[in-house]
Amino acid sequence: MPAEQETVERVRRIDVDQYRYGFETDIESEKAPKGLSEDTIRFISGKKNEPAWMLEWRLEAYRRWLTMSEPTWARVDYPKIDYQDLYYYAAPKQKKQLSSIDEIDPEILKTYEKLGIPLREVAVLEGVVAPGAKPAGEDDGEPPVEQRKVAVDAVFDSVSVATTFKEELKKAGVIFMPISEAIREHPELVQKYLGSVVPTTDNFFATLNSAVFSDGSFVYVPPGVRCPMELSTYFRINERNTGQFERTLIIADKGAYVSYLEGCTAPQRDENQLHAAVVELVALDDAEIKYSTVQNWYPGNAEGKGGIYNFVTKRGDCRGRGSKISWTQVETGSAITWKYPSCILRGDESRGEFYSIAISNGYQQVDSGTKMIHLGKNTSSRIISKGISAGKSQNTYRGLVTAHRKAAGARNFTACDSLLIGDQCGAHTVPYVEAKNSSAVFEHEATTSKISEDVLFYCVQRGLSQEEAVGLVVNGFVKDVLQQLPMEFAVEAQKLISISLEGSVG
Amino acid sequence: MTVVATKTDGQAASAFQAARSRLPGAAAVAEQRQAAFDNYTRQGLPHRRVEDWKYTDLRVLMREVLPLAAAPDHAHLARAADALQLHAIDGVRRLVLVDGVFVADLSDLAELEPGLSIRPLREVLEAGEALDDRWPAPDTADAMVAFNAALMTDGVVIEVGADITLQRPLQIVHVAAATEPASIVTRSLLRVGQNATATLVESFVAADGSTRYQLHDALHVTIAEGGRLDHLRLNEDAIDAFHIASLFASLHGQARYNACALTTGGGVSRYQGFVRFNGDGAEVTANGVNLLNGTQHADTTLFLDHAVPHCVSREVFRAVLDGRAHSVFQGRIMVRPHAQKTDAKMMTRALLLSDEAEADNKPELEIFADDVTCGHGATTGALDDTLLFYLRARGLPEKEAQALLIQAFIGEAIESIVDDQLRALAIAVGERWLEARA
Repeated sequence: MPAEQETVERVRRIDVDQYRYGFETDIESEKAPKGLSEDTIRFISGKKNEPAWMLEWRLEAYRRWLTMSEPTWARVDYPKIDYQDLYYYAAPKQKKQLSSIDEIDPEILKTYEKLGIPLREVAVLEGVVAPGAKPAGEDDGEPPVEQRKVAVDAVFDSVSVATTFKEELKKAGVIFMPISEAIREHPELVQKYLGSVVPTTDNFFATLNSAVFSDGSFVYVPPGVRCPMELSTYFRINERNTGQFERTLIIADKGAYVSYLEGCTAPQRDENQLHAAVVELVALDDAEIKYSTVQNWYPGNAEGKGGIYNFVTKRGDCRGRGSKISWTQVETGSAITWKYPSCILRGDESRGEFYSIAISNGYQQVDSGTKMIHLGKNTSSRIISKGISAGKSQNTYRGLVTAHRKAAGARNFTACDSLLIGDQCGAHTVPYVEAKNSSAVFEHEATTSKISEDVLFYCVQRGLSQEEAVGLVVNGFVKDVLQQLPMEFAVEAQKLISISLEGSVG
Repeated sequence: MTVVATKTDGQAASAFQAARSRLPGAAAVAEQRQAAFDNYTRQGLPHRRVEDWKYTDLRVLMREVLPLAAAPDHAHLARAADALQLHAIDGVRRLVLVDGVFVADLSDLAELEPGLSIRPLREVLEAGEALDDRWPAPDTADAMVAFNAALMTDGVVIEVGADITLQRPLQIVHVAAATEPASIVTRSLLRVGQNATATLVESFVAADGSTRYQLHDALHVTIAEGGRLDHLRLNEDAIDAFHIASLFASLHGQARYNACALTTGGGVSRYQGFVRFNGDGAEVTANGVNLLNGTQHADTTLFLDHAVPHCVSREVFRAVLDGRAHSVFQGRIMVRPHAQKTDAKMMTRALLLSDEAEADNKPELEIFADDVTCGHGATTGALDDTLLFYLRARGLPEKEAQALLIQAFIGEAIESIVDDQLRALAIAVGERWLEARA
């Protein structure tokens, strides 16, 4: 069945030529010399005042990287990247040490204002309210918009320019700071966990990142603490010819809870820019981490020129018993996406989730999915992925579910739906399902009619149409996760999720 | 990727050199062989870094390339005849290949129906006919297909004329009869004419005492407009044999292809099917069952290429695994641009009876057209305890209860066989496997 008109309209509204964040900030910046060598790495490390062990760690990764070759297995196609033609470090010029937010370059503040990201805490206190959202109490069927606090770490090219609510978080014992600061102030934590989920030798892009990463966020939530507010990082690429390599490390100690959100945008340019990030999550006993991404890098223009190459390694380690990691992603940007947020379910009874909406338009290429690696006993995972491709784009879901010999009682449910709008695009599904344990129960489905027959039957019996019932079930699945997104996007994402499943091709 | 030269490359080269003088076909055919062999040499044995062979790493599983089997002598033929008797099917027209050589004496070529032509591949190759455009040269992108194209010794070439409905099913029996381990390389071609109907059974068996042989087979099927082929494939090779087979099927408008492949034999086996829709309104059912035990490894890989609109495909695959067996199912459905109104469904399920068995499933969709219905599903799990309990509560012993559930499980893939006798035969294969297990 062809897609419904309403769906077509909605997807058109976020087409590549509708990109709203394509402006450039004119600001003086300081860069490392072009190209990659041990000197570049020493330069970056020196800029960050890093201890010797960190520099050694980077150099080791770099030497390893020299022996590796770029992966070619993904269904994406791009001209060869010249790694010597990039800047690996760019930072807005700073005149002196900053003591308050008011001393930040007003140009940068303006940039974030334009992006709708409040860096002033007072602004934050007023709450992040989506344009067009109704104030509470107005009864129009929409849920009232709650006012919430969100702490923000703003990363501009290679450096973190501001981190809000640091003090308030400190009171709760939560450490939230740029990773470059954490390396200096909490070396014991960084040394213990950095590279423990994504080793420096993991893959070409992760190894490159390990060598040259410049900034990113570090979060540590101590045992039993529920992080009092949302944490978020906002990534902005501004400079030309610059790669962004951020590194995020989040640790939830025993019984802790944290919800983290990242957003990203970049100016509209004809050249392609590289973004190769690494995100590591560690959840100890009974801890829970929710990680949400709203990826909106510049996707290139309508002819497929320009745009960000988003080659990202994201992995969470459910290290402790009963821990839980949940990934949510809304992917609308980037010229090329190569990204597989994964969960290693090491602890017994740990749980992994992956919810994804990937929308591709224009000439975008998306190859994204997840890995659920069941190692512990009675672990469970759930994968819900929806890919929508329009224009001349290619959208691939690639996922791995595997249960090892000792992973007794492993349980997985996977549903991935794709929708094509127009006859110029492609939608692909490449699931790998590997079971090495007889008590593992894996279900993979890509037909909408099969989402829990029982539940559907129940709904239909009560008078809902099949279509409404399916919509209800899908929404039920993702709703509580979507609510963790900032309002502006929760609204948008919810709309996308509720896109009719009519014409879904599995 | 750099291709690591392994000792098997040398073995393959010497097998090819040694066999060259007796491989049928001169001039153009010989050139084609050389080109195919060069192609194989460039790639070497497929390994886990080759995506299509990810789960069946021949560098690990195959380890050696054996020299080509000698033509069967009297003793071999006698033992082959015994094996044939054991695996006889009533009412079929039997065509026998012993150690890769067509044996007319053991085959049934009497009273061919009008419009039916059967010839040994050797004869066709020697006449240089294989280059005829009715038999397009196989795509040798796959290293093992190239290997087969280089070394094929014989096979059966069958043509069913237009509007003919064959009354008797055809059976191609591959018998391994040599006592020394060797390579057996065969290729068969079957063309079903316009509005013609045929049934084909392929059997792979070993004579008593034949072990550790390596079988390489390929089958080309062309079904013309409105034609229909029912195909049952039974891999009952020796338990330590090596079995690699490829199917190339091409369907024209309104053609029907209904296939079911059962694998119970072979130590390491791979059955790869490449099915292409070339005409509107064609329909394919490609089912399969792997019943494995011990350390068996069986890989079923199917590629359905929906190149034209309005075609329908159905795939039902079942694997039942005991011991340390390893089953692989890779199903790829491609819907090319403009292949609108394609209706493709694929379901793969694996049943693990032991904690050491392994099932890998990769059901893949590649879709380039927007007005299509495609779906796939995959499940893996053990036998349902509540169902077992239900049966046991009614007095069935554990093994019997299991057998009943397993029969039902594989029945879903077997029930597509139209011919009553052949369906019963497939069910019997399942029963034998279950008995051997008990």
